[in-house]
Amino acid sequence: MSIWDRWEMVIGLEIHVRLATNSKLFSGMKASYGASPNSQVSFLDAGLPGTLPVINQKALEYAIRFGLAVDAEIPPVTVFARKNYFYPDLPKGYQISQMDDPIVGKGHIVIKTDEGEKTVEITRAHLEEDAGKSIHDKYDRYSAIDLNRAGTPLIEVVSEPQMSNAKEAVAYMREIYTRVTHLGICDGNLQEGSFRCDANVSVRPKGQKELGTRAEIKNLNSFRFIEKAINHEAKRQIKLLEAGEKIIQETRLYDADKDQTRSMRSKENANDYRYFPDPDQLPIAITDAMIEAQREHLPEFPEQKIQRYINVLKVKADDAAIIANDIQMAAFFEAADAQSKADADLNAKFLLGEFSALLNAKGESITTSKIDVVSYAGLLDVVAAGGISRKVAKTVLEDMWDSGEAAAAIIKAKGLGQISDSSALNELINQVIADNPSQVADYRAGNEKMFNYFIGQIMKKTKGQANPVQTKQLLEELLNE
Amino acid sequence: MSINRKELEEIATLAQLDIPEQQLGEITASLNQVMAMIEHINEADTAAVKPMGTPHEAQQLIRPDAVTDCSHKKDLLALSAHADEDHYLVPKVIE
Repeated sequence: MSIWDRWEMVIGLEIHVRLATNSKLFSGMKASYGASPNSQVSFLDAGLPGTLPVINQKALEYAIRFGLAVDAEIPPVTVFARKNYFYPDLPKGYQISQMDDPIVGKGHIVIKTDEGEKTVEITRAHLEEDAGKSIHDKYDRYSAIDLNRAGTPLIEVVSEPQMSNAKEAVAYMREIYTRVTHLGICDGNLQEGSFRCDANVSVRPKGQKELGTRAEIKNLNSFRFIEKAINHEAKRQIKLLEAGEKIIQETRLYDADKDQTRSMRSKENANDYRYFPDPDQLPIAITDAMIEAQREHLPEFPEQKIQRYINVLKVKADDAAIIANDIQMAAFFEAADAQSKADADLNAKFLLGEFSALLNAKGESITTSKIDVVSYAGLLDVVAAGGISRKVAKTVLEDMWDSGEAAAAIIKAKGLGQISDSSALNELINQVIADNPSQVADYRAGNEKMFNYFIGQIMKKTKGQANPVQTKQLLEELLNE
Repeated sequence: MSINRKELEEIATLAQLDIPEQQLGEITASLNQVMAMIEHINEADTAAVKPMGTPHEAQQLIRPDAVTDCSHKKDLLALSAHADEDHYLVPKVIE
């Protein structure tokens, strides 16, 4: 009997999404990642007296855009509040966040796991400023503080505790990730902390209604770790409960090297943050016009893309899914489709086949490809028009990468064009028939599989340059004479 | 509503105030006088009144997303009691 026959997990996630704005949430200081320490700190970010916060319009817009993407209510007024706590990387002694009037209200998304689809409700999403960074390993006696990150804009997306296993939590996190990256409101860089997650995990005996005491696992910034961390934490709690012990409500840190969580600090009660409306700022009216303007920016999400690729562009379902789920590949595919007269299905097959293989071999990605979408589309057109076979196209593609020349120029220079001259093909096929009398007899006696043998022979003689459609037609005629 | 000594100690900890032991009683008493005054406000019936974020009629200014400030690294680090060439230094905080 598995422990999951007796126990069930309850998981809620808080995801911090760094908004891809140029400047900070409340100051005109640059908000980019990786600058020299403390070089992107305004007087406001440093908490100097006499400074006042002024909200960044883009941050408001991005938050609204997120709300629309998860079918959420956008209340007409949003209010900033102070969340008070002391920590060296929080110079003001409070974080400007939101409490009673978040910018995004109740919403939901649908997640997919092996067990099917499930709707997960989003409680709220609020705007807040990030804190600075504490570096503990630089000195023995000091912690070093870098305030570059202080004041960079985040939205914190809070889910209802509705996920019942780690796989669902990962699916939820991935779905939110897909939305924010497709919306263009977050760069999605996990290593740089642009998308990080805290998981609230509790367990309860199966069938029990009340929630168990939860522990919060902090700062999970990889899809792989979150699954392991949640599973580990749930098992730790079950072990304690089965031994008759109690769970303490606390914050825990996941150590990926040891695959365990350890206690950080007992979680202060929510009230201990002593939230109150920030007196430095007035409530902000969110008008219908502001909301509608953001609706215009809503992109097509992968699920919608897949449907369009399949139904409108006639791409195979598997190919459509792979392309649509990769934001860069989808952009390349669509640009090529607009440029080229070739069928989208050929485009998809070639992109996932020959082109991806070349990128892999060169150790490059679609964004660093030396072949741009215009050249790629040019090659597709030649293949679609029957100028060269896909086999030849593969070598042309390699040539394009190395020489930077257009497909047509390479084909012409190297004489790679397909043999479509029917008298030349006729001669060739007759030669193959004459050279293989026993195979011809075999075919004429009813072994139809032999047909491909002849095709192979012809392609071998022409190094793959015989026009396949014409060759097939002519071969049929000549063999059945 | 009133607060007791234990609650006062808790609030002091949250505000990082170090109140000498012998003053705890006195401060609890005076805070309770303040609380009694605040009690009067609670007598108003506000059941039908929406919470007000601010008494001002004005609208919050919103600024475009533009970088308008530059680095003040040297000046800001110079304000700190302890700093190296790049960072503020504080007594070690370990969680």
